[in-house]
Amino acid sequence: MQIPQVDDRRRLECDVLVVGGGTAGTMAALTAARHGASVLIMEKAHVRHSGALAMGMDGVNNAVVPGKATPEDYVADITVANDGIVNQRTVHRTATRGFEMVQRLESYGVKFEKDEHDEYAVRKVHRSGSYVLPMPEGKEVKKVLYRELRSRKVRANVMMTNRVMPVRVLTEDGRAVGAVGFDTRTGEFVTVSAGAVILAAGACGRLGLPASGYLYGTYENPTNAGDGYAMAYHAGAELSGIECFQINPLIKDYNGPACAYVANPFGGYQVNGEGNRFVDCDYWSGQMMAEVKRELDSSRGPIYLKLSHLPDTTIGEIEGILHTTERPTRGTFHAGRGTDYRERDIEMHISEIGLCSGHSASGVWVDEHARTTVPGLYAAGDMACVPHNYMIGAFVYGDIAGEDAASYAKTAARPELPEDQIEAAHDLIYRPASNPEGPPQPQVEYKLRRFVNDYLQPPKTERYLTLGVEAFERMRVDIAQMGARTPHELMRCAEVTFIRDCAEMAARASLTRTESRWGLYHSRDDLPVQDDANWFCHLNLSKDPSNEQMRFDRRPVAPYIVPVPGFVRPDGVPDAPAPRGTELAEAWR
Amino acid sequence: MAQANSRADVPVTVDEEKCIDGCTLCVDMCPLDSLAIHPETGKAYMHVDECWYCGPCAARCPVDAVTVNIPYLLR
Ligand SMILES: Cc1cc2nc3c(=O)[nH]c(=O)nc-3n(C[C@H](O)[C@H](O)[C@H](O)COP(=O)(O)OP(=O)(O)OC[C@H]3O[C@@H](n4cnc5c(N)ncnc54)[C@H](O)[C@@H]3O)c2cc1C
Ligand code: SF4
Ligand code: SF4
Repeated sequence: MQIPQVDDRRRLECDVLVVGGGTAGTMAALTAARHGASVLIMEKAHVRHSGALAMGMDGVNNAVVPGKATPEDYVADITVANDGIVNQRTVHRTATRGFEMVQRLESYGVKFEKDEHDEYAVRKVHRSGSYVLPMPEGKEVKKVLYRELRSRKVRANVMMTNRVMPVRVLTEDGRAVGAVGFDTRTGEFVTVSAGAVILAAGACGRLGLPASGYLYGTYENPTNAGDGYAMAYHAGAELSGIECFQINPLIKDYNGPACAYVANPFGGYQVNGEGNRFVDCDYWSGQMMAEVKRELDSSRGPIYLKLSHLPDTTIGEIEGILHTTERPTRGTFHAGRGTDYRERDIEMHISEIGLCSGHSASGVWVDEHARTTVPGLYAAGDMACVPHNYMIGAFVYGDIAGEDAASYAKTAARPELPEDQIEAAHDLIYRPASNPEGPPQPQVEYKLRRFVNDYLQPPKTERYLTLGVEAFERMRVDIAQMGARTPHELMRCAEVTFIRDCAEMAARASLTRTESRWGLYHSRDDLPVQDDANWFCHLNLSKDPSNEQMRFDRRPVAPYIVPVPGFVRPDGVPDAPAPRGTELAEAWR
Repeated sequence: MAQANSRADVPVTVDEEKCIDGCTLCVDMCPLDSLAIHPETGKAYMHVDECWYCGPCAARCPVDAVTVNIPYLLR
């Protein structure tokens, strides 16, 4: 393929640039447009079927519905599930604005389950509160959002470029001023000048190698390769809790959820090979994952999602959900193996590692306005560190980011774009095309991700983590030699650089936090004890501008704004009053 | 670099009899951009073994020409 010259490029402009048109990105765009900004969504796939919601979602995991739960319950639950290390102000926003978001989605046409009294039929999966709200027609959610984006009133303000993939955020004077990327079909080079940039590029779902060995057989949509994490890092933003990995209990080999959240209300639950329950709460947490791993590693393994005891009609209902929404090929998979839920329980295993704050707590550091530490740069969704934020949190933070970014962009200066950064990004994108005979991406990526499994998979130890850091440094050489022949292959090669960056962050952060915490997510076999005296704090990492090295800073846990019954803060910091007024959404006033 | 072309079983298949000339819906929708229109046949096909077995390709095909199988390594 022809490599374009650096100045032979498409130059785009907007007030608010949204990188990634998934859950958080679409909502960010809708809100920013509502506030009068001209918005550009750059999406590497196609907005209609991209991201985690590519085929919809079977339920909301974390809706705080008035009358069913309180924001205080939710914030306390999430605080405990994260061993106390949360900025409660961020979680509180998800708790207080989630219901308004449910109603907004309803106004767009998304349907949520209601009981016979027309009340939201929330269910209890978490340790104390009830926040799980099924979506019987959840497969339509992305369709509804896309329709809204294409509606006449929005269309004028929101431009979408599908199949265009930013690789770097551009900064000037430490402020985000745009992005640089390329068209993954034509190879065209693209720059954007923007008043503000919202990163909503999803999780790092292609970090560990699935046990199947298939590069794209991941839990997360494999388009989400950690692009946003790498872009934020190179733009100078802080990331937090990267050592708090994402690990999920999934259908073995298929690697998708057979969620206890779906099955629980119908009477399904997880059991070990002896048929006994081994967790008292099916809510996904590091503690639960540690228990899952203990069963799997013992003579009591494997583990199953048990459904076979349920009546035929109930199983039919469960199939009706699991085989049509979210991951509809679950049915195809089971049919191929001759598994019928009526006769055989579903064999489960634990996933490879990933980074994700939607499920865990690893992400770009943001405050309750979705602002990162780089002015003009926002992060929302799975890649933003708001623990266990799931789908509603992605929508809420997309909304918050859209509003704040639109107002920031109004007055933001629009400097000339930095040509040196554009040239560096050009090299990152096109170098593989100048060496088409170099090792192909599938081999390089396989090797990189196998090292991730070898050295980072918990339980972690200093020796293995150190070998991991060495392996990821060595992979820089392989990556520099990678070859590509088409724009599509260039996309995959750029993704390998993101995966490598994330692997290095994951290894170094895990080495730095010299204790064990969050159950399996950060279990250090060589340091098995939780060290509250030294580590009751956030561990933030960033690129040190003076030497381009990764640096680590401890950030204290902000005073709680919600009391957490039964939890004593080890640092003794007293609680602060909960925010009122502007910070509380309509529904809660 | 010495190279070899090795075969791979790809998960998504298209019934060429059914596939409509000029349509590109499945190609447009695939999040991984793994489908393409074959320059000779004019029909959709999987051009790379990259698949999340997610299903938009099959769901959006107006004539039910697309079958999503589970990738061989997982099957
Ligand atoms: C299989 C599965 C089941 C789940 N089930 C539930 C559930 O039942 N309930 C619940 O509440 N939550 C659930 N979740 C979690 C929830 O879906 C996510 O937390 C949420 O959707 C994340 O939104 P996001 O916007 O961060 O990511 P996504 O929606 O994945 O969007 C990221 C977008 O960025 C794009 N992108 C990535 N990199 C680039 C780049 N470099 N340039 C341009 N675009 C890029 C991607 O193509 C994608 O469109 C589930 C997640 C998965 C994967
Ligand atoms: S199943 Fe998903 S990833 Fe595979 S070809 Fe179809 S749309 Fe693409
Ligand atoms: S959507 Fe169906 S008809 Fe259209 S190109 Fe694909 S296979 Fe052919």
